[in-house]
Amino acid sequence: MGRDTRGILAAALLWLALWQTPAAFGGAGVGVMSYPPVIAGRALSFPRDHGAHPGYRTEWWYVTGWLRDEAGRERGFQLTFFRVRPPLDVTGSSRFSPQQLILAHAALADPANGRLFHAERAERVLPPLVAADAGNTDVKLHDWRLAWSAPAGAPGHYRAHVQAGTFAFDLELTPDGEPLLNGDAGFSRKASAPEHASYYYSRPQLKAEGQLRLQDAQHVVSGKAWLDHEWSSEIMPPDASGWDWIGINLDDGGALMAFRMRNLDGAQIWAGGTLRMPDGRVRILAPDALHFSVRRSWRSPRSGATYPVEMELEIAAEGAQPARRVRIAPMMDDQELDSRRSTGAIYWEGAVRVFEAGASAREIGRGYLEMTGYADPLKM
Amino acid sequence: MTRSILRLFVASLARRRLASALSLLAIALGVALGLAVQLIHDAALDEFGRGMRTLAGEADLQVRGGRAGFDEGVYLALARRPEVAEASPVVEIEARLPGRATTLRLYGIDVFRLATVQPALMPRATANDARFAALAPDAVFLSTAAQQTVLDSPLQPVLTVQSGVHETALRVAGMVPGAGVGQSLAVMDIAAAQETFGMLGRLSRIDIQLAPGVDRAQARASLGAFLPAGITIAPPDAPVSETTALTRAYRVNLSMLAAIALLTGGFLVFSTQWLAVVRRRREFALLRALGMARRTLMRGLLAEGGVTGLAGGIAGVALGHLLALMAFVLIGGDLGAGYFASTRPTLQFSPWLIAGYLALGVIAGLAGAWLPAREAASMAPASGLRAGAADTAVHALGRSRLRRAVACIALAAVACLPPPIAGIPVGGYVAVAFALAAAVLALPSATALAMHVASGGRGVIWRLAHARLAAAPGQSIVAGAGVVASVALASAMAIMVSSFRVSVDDWLVSVLPADLYLRASSAGASGFLDADALARIRANAGVDFVEPVRAVDLRLIEGRPPVTLLARSVSRGWGLPLVSGSLHENASALPGVWISEAVADLLHLAPGDAMTIPFDGQAVQFSVGGVWRDYARQNGAVVVDLDTYRRLSGDDRINDVAIRLVRGASADTVAAALRDLFGAQTVEIALPGEIRAVSLKIFDRTFVVTYLMEAVAIVIGLFGIATTFAALTMARRGEFGMLRHIGLGRRDIGMLIAVEGALCAAVGVGVGLIAGGSIAWVLIEVVNRQSFHWSMDIHVPFSGLLLFSLGLVGLAALVARLAGYRAMRQRAVLAVREDW
Repeated sequence: MGRDTRGILAAALLWLALWQTPAAFGGAGVGVMSYPPVIAGRALSFPRDHGAHPGYRTEWWYVTGWLRDEAGRERGFQLTFFRVRPPLDVTGSSRFSPQQLILAHAALADPANGRLFHAERAERVLPPLVAADAGNTDVKLHDWRLAWSAPAGAPGHYRAHVQAGTFAFDLELTPDGEPLLNGDAGFSRKASAPEHASYYYSRPQLKAEGQLRLQDAQHVVSGKAWLDHEWSSEIMPPDASGWDWIGINLDDGGALMAFRMRNLDGAQIWAGGTLRMPDGRVRILAPDALHFSVRRSWRSPRSGATYPVEMELEIAAEGAQPARRVRIAPMMDDQELDSRRSTGAIYWEGAVRVFEAGASAREIGRGYLEMTGYADPLKM
Repeated sequence: MTRSILRLFVASLARRRLASALSLLAIALGVALGLAVQLIHDAALDEFGRGMRTLAGEADLQVRGGRAGFDEGVYLALARRPEVAEASPVVEIEARLPGRATTLRLYGIDVFRLATVQPALMPRATANDARFAALAPDAVFLSTAAQQTVLDSPLQPVLTVQSGVHETALRVAGMVPGAGVGQSLAVMDIAAAQETFGMLGRLSRIDIQLAPGVDRAQARASLGAFLPAGITIAPPDAPVSETTALTRAYRVNLSMLAAIALLTGGFLVFSTQWLAVVRRRREFALLRALGMARRTLMRGLLAEGGVTGLAGGIAGVALGHLLALMAFVLIGGDLGAGYFASTRPTLQFSPWLIAGYLALGVIAGLAGAWLPAREAASMAPASGLRAGAADTAVHALGRSRLRRAVACIALAAVACLPPPIAGIPVGGYVAVAFALAAAVLALPSATALAMHVASGGRGVIWRLAHARLAAAPGQSIVAGAGVVASVALASAMAIMVSSFRVSVDDWLVSVLPADLYLRASSAGASGFLDADALARIRANAGVDFVEPVRAVDLRLIEGRPPVTLLARSVSRGWGLPLVSGSLHENASALPGVWISEAVADLLHLAPGDAMTIPFDGQAVQFSVGGVWRDYARQNGAVVVDLDTYRRLSGDDRINDVAIRLVRGASADTVAAALRDLFGAQTVEIALPGEIRAVSLKIFDRTFVVTYLMEAVAIVIGLFGIATTFAALTMARRGEFGMLRHIGLGRRDIGMLIAVEGALCAAVGVGVGLIAGGSIAWVLIEVVNRQSFHWSMDIHVPFSGLLLFSLGLVGLAALVARLAGYRAMRQRAVLAVREDW
C-alpha cells in the first residue's frame, strides 16, 4: 500500500516536471531540433527496420492481444515501448545524456476486475539498463523488455516480459509470416499534407504463449497478439486532436488494421487501413474507403471523457471485393488508461471483439481498439 | 507558612540588592549560554538532518564516495542487483559562484529515477515551453532558500557557476518545491551536471530502495562486498550521525563554559547566602527561640537560594533564546565553526528543554544555599544570640581540609588517564572539577602557610592583618573561594588560549612558506586549475617556482565525515609541521603518507605503520612517514606526494598553487598580473601575511566568548571579596571600635581592611594560579587533544598573568576598603558599647 501511494505521488511529480504545460512537442519555442523527414519510397529493410530509428522523433512497438488461461478465462494485454528523441540541444558526451528516452506502458484487461491493471515507466536511454537496439527489435527498460530472438534453426519469436506490481507476464509471440506493410509499402500517411506520415508495419496473427501473473495467481496462457512498429517525426497534423485505431486478428486467418484521424469537432480528417485476406493477398484501404460510426458511448467517471466504445466500420467495395460492415464491441467498457506519468496522455486502449454487422452478428475476430484525444487533444 | 517564609526569608534578597542581582546574573548567564548552545546546535542539526532526509527521500541505503566521486559503472551494476528495487544516481557539486563567498550545493539528478526515490528534489519548471526543461543541459532549478541567497532578484534569469577556472551561465528554469524552506540547494539534469562540472563518468552518490522483503543489514553487507574501495554503503541518516560525532566535542566544550558560568553563579549564591546567614545569626536564633522549627528555617533559607536560581533561570531562558536568535541572524546557526553550511535553521521552542534549564538554574541556587542553610539550622539558639556569633561561624569554616584537598588532586590526576568516551573527554572535565575543588579545599591550609611564611613584623597594620588571617583562615575561605575559582578558570583559559594562539601562529608560518597563494576554490567546491592554467601561472614574470596542491575528500574513517587528502610535494621544503616522523620517504617500498594528528588518533597510527588509502576504487598501501599538526581540518587530513597521487588517481587537477617569487619581484605586481590572467572573480590570490592575519582574526573572534566568560568570572570573584568584607566589617564593629580606642586612626582602620583584603586576595590568587596552571595543562593535553585531536605547545603568558594578579590584588584591597567604609564611619565609643 505504502509503495502504491508513493508511486502515485511520484507519478504526479514527474508529470509536473516533464509534462507540466500542454505545449506540443514541436510547439513554438522548442523547434531547435531537426528530425529526419518521413518520405515516400524509402523501402523498409528487415531486420534492420525492426530495430530502433534513433534519429526520428517518436517511435513505438505496440503489442496487443487476447490471452486465454488454463481455466478458459480470457483477458486482454497490451505492452508498448515508446522511444522519444526530445527536442533538446544536447551534445551528449555524458552517458546520462537525455538524447533518447524510453517510455513504456503495460496493461491487462480482466473482465473480472472491471477495469485495467496498468503500469508505466519512463527512463532515459542508458545501456545496458535502458536501451533500444538499432539492429533488430530489442527494447529494454530495466526488467521490462520486448526482444526478437531467433535461435538457430527456429523461425524466431518476440519475447515480451513485464514485471509490474499487480501483474506480470512473460510471453513468446511467434509471427505467421512476413511483416504486413501498411500504407504505401510501409509509408503511412496521416493527413492530406504529405509530411504528416510515418513508417509503419504490423505483425498480425502472432501466436502468444507464456505465463501471466495477476496479483498472486499464476496462469499459463495462450492466445493471439498483434504488433505494430511505427516511427515518425511529425505524425500529428496540426488540426488533429486524436485518432481511433483497430488491429484485429480475424478468425479466418486474415487481419484488419484501420485508423482515422479526428479534428477537434470529432470529424474524420484522414483515414487508412490494411486488410489482409486469409490467402495472404493485401488490400490497402484509402481514406474514403473507411467509414466509422458510433454505436454506443461510455463516459469515464475518472477523466469525464466520453469514448465511442462500440463502433461500426464500413469498408467500401473495391473491384471484386464487396463492401463489408463490421461492429466493434469492447471486452468491457472501462479500458481507459491514464499514462500522464510517462506520455502525458489519457486514452482508451482495450480489447475488443469484432462482429459481422447485420442480422448474423457472428463474431469474426478479436483485437484491440485505441482511442486517443477524447480527454484532451493528444500531443505528440 | 509560605507567606511567612516569603516575608522572613525571600524578602531579605531585596535588602541586599546588588548581591542578589549579581548571583542572579551569573546563574542567568550560565543558563543562557548553555541553552543557546543547545538551541542553536539542535536547530542546526535538525535542519541538517531534515536536509539529509529530504535528499535521501525514500531511500533505504545510500552509496557514497568522496567529492571526487566514483565510477558510474557502480550504478549500472547496482541497479541490476536483485536486492535493489530502485536506484537513483546523484552527482553532488559544491558549485563555486564567481565573485561570491558562498558556494551552492547542486545536485545532478536523473528526473526519471527521482520520482520514486527522492521526490522532494523533483524540479518544477516555471517557463511555458518547459516540457523538457528538467532535461535541458543549461537549466538549473533552485530551492526557495537558494533563490534568496544566490540570486540578486527573484527574476534573475541566469546563474553563473564556476567549474575549473571557467564560468558557465545556467538558465534558472524553475524551483525545487519539495526542498523546504531551510535547504539551500539547486537541481539540474545529471548529464548536464557531469558535463558542466567535469564529472563525466563519475557519480557522488546512489540512493537505493530495496526490493520488498530484503533485509537492510543483509543488503548492506551483500552490496557493500562488491563496492570498490573508498565507497561506503550506509543508511541515509549516516551523515547526520557523522556530523554529530564531529560537532559533539565542540558543543560539549561550549556547554562546559556554560557550566562554569553556572558553577560561578552557584558559588556566588553560596558566598552571599553564607554572609547573609552570618549576619542574620541573631535573627535566626531569635526565631528559633520563638519556636520556629529547624526544618522551617532550613527551608526558608533554601527558598532564598531557590528563588534566586529560578529568577536567574527565567532570565537565562529568555536570554538564551535571544542569543540563539541573534546567532541565526548573524552567523547562520553553525556556531561559527562551519559544520552546517547551506542549511538555514529556525529557532524552535521546546518546553522540556526550557524546563530543564530552569531546573538547572534552581539547582545552582539551591546548591549554593545548601551549606549556609544547614549551618544556620544546626546552630543552637542560645549560642546564636550571643554577641560575636558571626565571627564564630566564620571560624568554623577555617578548619583545615588538607587531606580532602590532596585526595582531590590525586583523583584529578587519575581522571586524566582514561581515553575519551564517545569522543568526549569526560575524564578531562572531571579532572578540571577535582582540581577546582582541591584548590578551594586547600585554601585554609594555604592561608596558614602563607601567613607562616609572611610572618615578621612590618608595622602595626600589617601585623594586625596578618594576625587576623593567621588566626581566622575561615575568612579567607569565604572571601577567597570565589577568587580562587575565578582566577583558576580565568588563568587556565588564558594559558590555553595563549598556547593555542601561539601554536596556531607558528603553524601558519610553517604551512605558508611561499610568497603568494592562488586558490581556485576550497577542497570541496567546483573551482580548480588544470595543467594549462598552471603553465600560465608559471610563465608570469616574477614567478620563480610554483607548487601545486590538489585537495580531495576521502572516506577513510568509519562513522566520520570524509577526511581531506592533500596531494603536494612533501620533501621540498614546502612546510609540513611535523610532530613525529620525518619528511623523507622511508626505506620501505610503499609510498609515504603523512597524516594529521586527528587521523593518527582515530586510526591509531604512528610513523612506520602501514595504511590503506582508496584511490579510484583501488585500495593502495601506504607507509606512514610522519604525523603533522593540522588546525585547519578537524575531520582529519592526509598528505601524499603529488606525483604519487596523479599516478594512482589519474586526476591532474589543482586546487591551490603556492608561488615563490624571484628575488626582488613584487608580490603585489605578480598578484595583479595573475588576477588579470584569470579574472578577479575566478581565483582568490592572497599573500601569506594576509592569510595569517585573517586566520588569527577568526581565531580571536572564536575566543571572544571565552574572554567574556573570564571577565564575568573576575567580576564575580571581586564581588565575593566585597560582600565578605562588607559583612565582616559589620560584624567586627566592636573590634574596630576597640582599635580606635587604643589609638588607631580612621585611616588606619581603612588601611587594615584594605591589607586584609589584599592578603586574602593574594592567597586566593596564588592558589588560583597554581590550580589554573594545572587546569590549563588538562585542557591542553587532555580536553583539546581528545576533543579535536590537535596538540599545542604550552605557552604561559607570564607578564599578562602577573599584571592580572597584581591588578586583582589591588582591586581586592580597594573593594574591601570600600565595602568596609560604613563600618569605619561609626563612632568608636558606640561601636564598643554595642557589644555590652
